[in-house]
Amino acid sequence: MTGFLIRRILQAIVVILGVVFIVFLLGKLIPGGEAAAALGPRRSPAQVAHFNLVNGLDLPIYDQLWRYFWGLLHLNLGYSFKNNEGVKELISQRLPKTLTLVGVSTLVALIIAVPLGILQVVKRYSPIDYLLTSGSFLFYAMPPFFLGFLLILYFSFDLHLFPVSPPIDSGPLTIFTDPRAFVLPVITLSAITIASFSRYMRSSMMDALTQDYVRTARAKGASPNRVLYGHALRNALIPILTLIGLSLPAIASGALITETVFNYPGMGLLTVTAATNNDIPTVLGTTLVITIFTVAGSLLADVLYAIADPRIRFGSTA
Amino acid sequence: MTLPDEATPPLGPEDLLGPVAPAPAGDIVAPADVHAMPEGGEVSSVGGMGRQILRVFIENKLAVVGLFVIVFFILFCFVGPLLYHTNQNNAELALNANQNASPGSGDPLGTDATGFDMLGRLMFGGQASLIVGFASAFVATVIGVVYGAVAGFVGGWIDAIMMRFVDMLLSVPVLFLLIALVTIYKQSEVLIIVVIAFVSWLVPARLVRGETLTLRVREYVEAVRVMGGSRTRIVGRHIVPNSIGTIVVFATFQVADSILLLAALGFIGLGIPAPGTDWGTMLSNGVNSAALGYWWEIYPAGLCIVLVVIAFNFIGDALRDALEVRLQRN
Repeated sequence: MTGFLIRRILQAIVVILGVVFIVFLLGKLIPGGEAAAALGPRRSPAQVAHFNLVNGLDLPIYDQLWRYFWGLLHLNLGYSFKNNEGVKELISQRLPKTLTLVGVSTLVALIIAVPLGILQVVKRYSPIDYLLTSGSFLFYAMPPFFLGFLLILYFSFDLHLFPVSPPIDSGPLTIFTDPRAFVLPVITLSAITIASFSRYMRSSMMDALTQDYVRTARAKGASPNRVLYGHALRNALIPILTLIGLSLPAIASGALITETVFNYPGMGLLTVTAATNNDIPTVLGTTLVITIFTVAGSLLADVLYAIADPRIRFGSTA
Repeated sequence: MTLPDEATPPLGPEDLLGPVAPAPAGDIVAPADVHAMPEGGEVSSVGGMGRQILRVFIENKLAVVGLFVIVFFILFCFVGPLLYHTNQNNAELALNANQNASPGSGDPLGTDATGFDMLGRLMFGGQASLIVGFASAFVATVIGVVYGAVAGFVGGWIDAIMMRFVDMLLSVPVLFLLIALVTIYKQSEVLIIVVIAFVSWLVPARLVRGETLTLRVREYVEAVRVMGGSRTRIVGRHIVPNSIGTIVVFATFQVADSILLLAALGFIGLGIPAPGTDWGTMLSNGVNSAALGYWWEIYPAGLCIVLVVIAFNFIGDALRDALEVRLQRN
């Protein structure tokens, strides 16, 4: 298991270094250079030269990469000229809010999707099964922002059940102290995840039911419930940890949409506002930080997988 | 559709030996005819197979429904404007048009906040959504197939580096990468196609690399190699055609995903720039009006996106089932 973990951590570090490099390159690919992005269309050549000199943009490219990397190690994510504030300062207030929203939504999605998948297996090929399958098709096809709008139109405007958006001054923990304000965002963010997780759960359990160990358990006289929950479910649950890890980038994209629909000031809304203001340093900074956190999240999911799966827990090789 | 004979993963010895066409022995064939002859695993001479796949596809009722929906929307968006003339880019319109008119009075689906006729707008925006969906799925598939086939065929450390690069890009949340690219390069329809393709080629690259790894050790590839076939010929005429099932299924799902990505960009305000539009931008623009009770400004566009995406998913699922015919046949 130690070998598996070390290999997995090294892999995550390589991925993060690669992403740092990609984001660095994106910054270099701005037409006209970073000076054009910062100084705007009415820049003079003298201003550009001065900007490049002050920010070290006249240095050779490998020197710039090293300085960028060195800056990142000191948590220097660049400077937002549009907000007149460091990107790190902008992100540090918003990142925790996104993390709690994503965490709670993923947990809710799991709590709903796993029983749904089991229900579909228990009632397989029944009307309920077909209904739930069609439902997952529908939620997969519906753009999340459309779902968010519909929820706001019905539950906020027509029924006045939930507020249109979480309070303006929400902190990262408001989701626990004022859950009512977060019902609609959490539904919006978890809908697609529920659709894909429950589909996976269904096929994974159906697959487990055809395995030899299930036939053995039946032959030994285990009750249908014991076969279903003791054998099929336990084996189908472990891979879902990997699925969560793989889904994290998609969930982060979903959070961007959800935060924008519900005006919740997290990383996603920050990115969208920066994009509409043409604030490239902030867009690149949020992209880098959110990617580092998704990679870390996938790593965590794999560690949990290693702990949960006895074949890795007791084996020396993965 | 025609499909290759040999793309199944190895099932058993007799399965491997059975359908492999005997290599041209070279005793009677003139040199010029070699190129016209079917080599093992080539796409020709699969009439029975193609018909069988077609039958499985048609038996799947959802897929036929999906196909009808897509044909309907293509006709609606591209032929519709020829029959139903509306003004979709006139600046004068804003000055004297009736804005937010309810459906019925001269405009079957009402007008939006600028005064555009909604039915005509749906056709106009649908053109962009469909073109971007098809074009970016096509570009993504081509890039992914070439990249994956090269990585899998070359192998070794080049393969390892190429695939680590795919892992890196895959771990960046798609929308963040998309927004960064669209912000850096100013948005236009062509740029949006390229950019959506750029974030979508990773999955087919992985799939095709996997197929290539199993195909490159198959007998007919060995045979081509022994006969002196070049690498380009092996990849281009044997490996890629034999992965065509995987590729087609991926491309179908990708059209749906590209349409959803464009809708997300439209919602953020980075979709097709005015005076053009797309379904996502229409939906996003209609939100404030919908809150005032003008429901016709969001539901039709939302319904179009959902129907088209579901239709492509139905077709993709059916194609995947139909192509597994190859597994069931022996």
